[in-house]
Amino acid sequence: MKKILQIGWKDLRVIFRDRAALILMLLAPFALTLGMGLVTGSFGSGSSGLSQVSVIVVNQDQNTLGNALVEVLKSPDLSKLLAVEENSDSAAARALLDADQTAAVVIIPAGFTDSVIPQDDQASAVTAQIEIYKNPSRLISAGVVQSIVERFITEVETGRIGGQVAVAQLITNGLVPPDQAAQAGMEIGTRLANERENLKTLTLVTSEASVKEEPSFMMYIAPGFALLFLMYTVSLGGKTLLTERQEGTLTRLLTTPTGSSQVLVGKMTGTYMIGLAQMTVLILASALLLQLRWGNPLALAILLLTAVAGATGWGMLLAAVSRRPGEVSAWGMAMTLLFGLVGGSFFGGTPPGLMGIIGMVTPNYWGQIGFNTLARGGDVQDLLPVYAALLVMAAILLTISVIVFRRKGLLQR
Amino acid sequence: MAPILEVQNLVKKFGDHTAVDSISFNIQEGEVFSLLGPNGAGKTTTISMLSCLLEPTSGDALIGGNSITNKQLAVKEIIGIVPQEIALYDELSARENLVFWGQMYGLGGTALKTRVNEVLEQIGLADRAKDKIKTYSGGMKRRVNIGVGLLHKPRLLYMDEPTVGIDPQSRRNILDSVKDLNKAGMTVLYTTHYMEEAEELSHRVGIIDHGKMIATGTQKELTQLVGENETLRLHIGEEVDVQPLVTALQELPEVIKVTTGDSMIVLIVPEASDALPPVLGKADRLGYKIRSVDIQEPNLEAVFLQLTGRALRD
Repeated sequence: MKKILQIGWKDLRVIFRDRAALILMLLAPFALTLGMGLVTGSFGSGSSGLSQVSVIVVNQDQNTLGNALVEVLKSPDLSKLLAVEENSDSAAARALLDADQTAAVVIIPAGFTDSVIPQDDQASAVTAQIEIYKNPSRLISAGVVQSIVERFITEVETGRIGGQVAVAQLITNGLVPPDQAAQAGMEIGTRLANERENLKTLTLVTSEASVKEEPSFMMYIAPGFALLFLMYTVSLGGKTLLTERQEGTLTRLLTTPTGSSQVLVGKMTGTYMIGLAQMTVLILASALLLQLRWGNPLALAILLLTAVAGATGWGMLLAAVSRRPGEVSAWGMAMTLLFGLVGGSFFGGTPPGLMGIIGMVTPNYWGQIGFNTLARGGDVQDLLPVYAALLVMAAILLTISVIVFRRKGLLQR
Repeated sequence: MAPILEVQNLVKKFGDHTAVDSISFNIQEGEVFSLLGPNGAGKTTTISMLSCLLEPTSGDALIGGNSITNKQLAVKEIIGIVPQEIALYDELSARENLVFWGQMYGLGGTALKTRVNEVLEQIGLADRAKDKIKTYSGGMKRRVNIGVGLLHKPRLLYMDEPTVGIDPQSRRNILDSVKDLNKAGMTVLYTTHYMEEAEELSHRVGIIDHGKMIATGTQKELTQLVGENETLRLHIGEEVDVQPLVTALQELPEVIKVTTGDSMIVLIVPEASDALPPVLGKADRLGYKIRSVDIQEPNLEAVFLQLTGRALRD
């Protein structure tokens, strides 16, 4: 087992030092995904990025501070960043967010101003709180809105505390009539005491929509491209077997105390590791850089393991039936494109009719179903048939490959 | 003491073609044994069988007492191989290559690290250990190629025509390293079609042709096969039809055998000084211009010529 992993690890290192291979394995699928996202404006489930972040304001306060916040959000300074709409109905606004029509809803409750700046002698018992309802598929955009509202609240608090200190100074300096000083001092003391308490509650309430979101176009097309180039990668992995044979390293391997089965399984493991590394890098990169959400991590991990296994089966079969490394390259490219077409990788879904039926022999088809199910919130249970199909595919193809390798004497000089 | 390698009637057939035809020989521990023969003689096929890469059609070989037909793992632990072609990973450094191949020989941990450092010193590439193989010169690659074969301290090292197609300096380095390894106690099976290499390196030589071992012994024993005969080499210009001259020379009583190769005619004669005047006279009468003449004492090439009727480089 140790030698199998050592052979696999060596293959992984050799491939990942080949710049041309890296471009096709990682850069090409990522660039295609990025390009498709830019062309369709599909990043973040339909938002057009961090300019013109859509936000709905529900101003139930209709008083000084509520109006001031709306003005801030609509100010010319923020006009490029935010696209602000007002709505008087908080339920309707939430519904729009649930339908992924906006990044955040800012709800300024009735009585917000009065609770922060009590009129006359009335101190509000409870400070009304601004609520931000955030779109879980546009967390960065929603975070921007939250930051702006938090900044506004901080400014309000600073101003209020400054006012309180000033009034207290006036009283203590005797600038109020002496006959009212005792009563004023008592009132202000009471007010300060009350308002100090109120200060603690002048906070922001945030909540996140819990709807099962409909995946964006990117969530279909990104795995499609990843699967498309996975097929190229596994053909590259299979090709290394014939390249090693041609360059004499395979023969040399067979002169070491390493069994031919260990060498063959080691080469398969290498191809598998290369495919797995490619998919993992692509998924992590798209999650971090393109904000794509790939769904349940455990289900995703198993899907990766099984999809790469199925693809490895095809890569090894290709190597088994080819005579020279160049043949694997040519057939590998053809397989990549053909499987991408019948497996649905080019359009992020499973093709209908006969093409779909043919596509069932490809890892692209089952992988696409798996990723699409994950994007819709599916879990391990939902993906069991996909896992099974991919594993059966891997078992059949790898068995055929081994038989062909043995018959052709590919592991002999 | 039992020989480290005993080859017993080894046969390898590919369809109707017999590549190795019942050869037998043995190698004692500490020896350099050269398998000398022209291209296609069966040297590499023999090495492949002795490396457990090819299954013999019949016969067997014992390496350290282990049969190549049923104790292959034990055999592979005893032997080290330096293949004819460079078999390394270009994208990996010399150190990474040695570590990987060491792992394949079952080395690991500190022992592997230590051994890799020793081999890097031995092949004189410790300061370039981190560079990728693809940045090395041909000679440096050859040295790493040899280093891989030494990693697990094999008792018996096979070197399969390691000097083919390389520059004279690299060739000299390889020949010196074989001598150094042998001085350190390594047993070497060396295949070559260069007579000079076999003469320089070997304690004993096996001459192989058309899959058959036609003679084995020390250089002295082998040259005695041709007696006191000397070799005359007549250098003639290229693109000259030498056949009429060859035919004429074969008729001379002073000439034992005549053959051609590399723009020259090679003659086995009992006494060069007696043979030279009639030989040159024939050439002159037939209009051939002899550019130079070499006279050689009995050597392995003469042996090969004597035994096969052909020059070694034919």
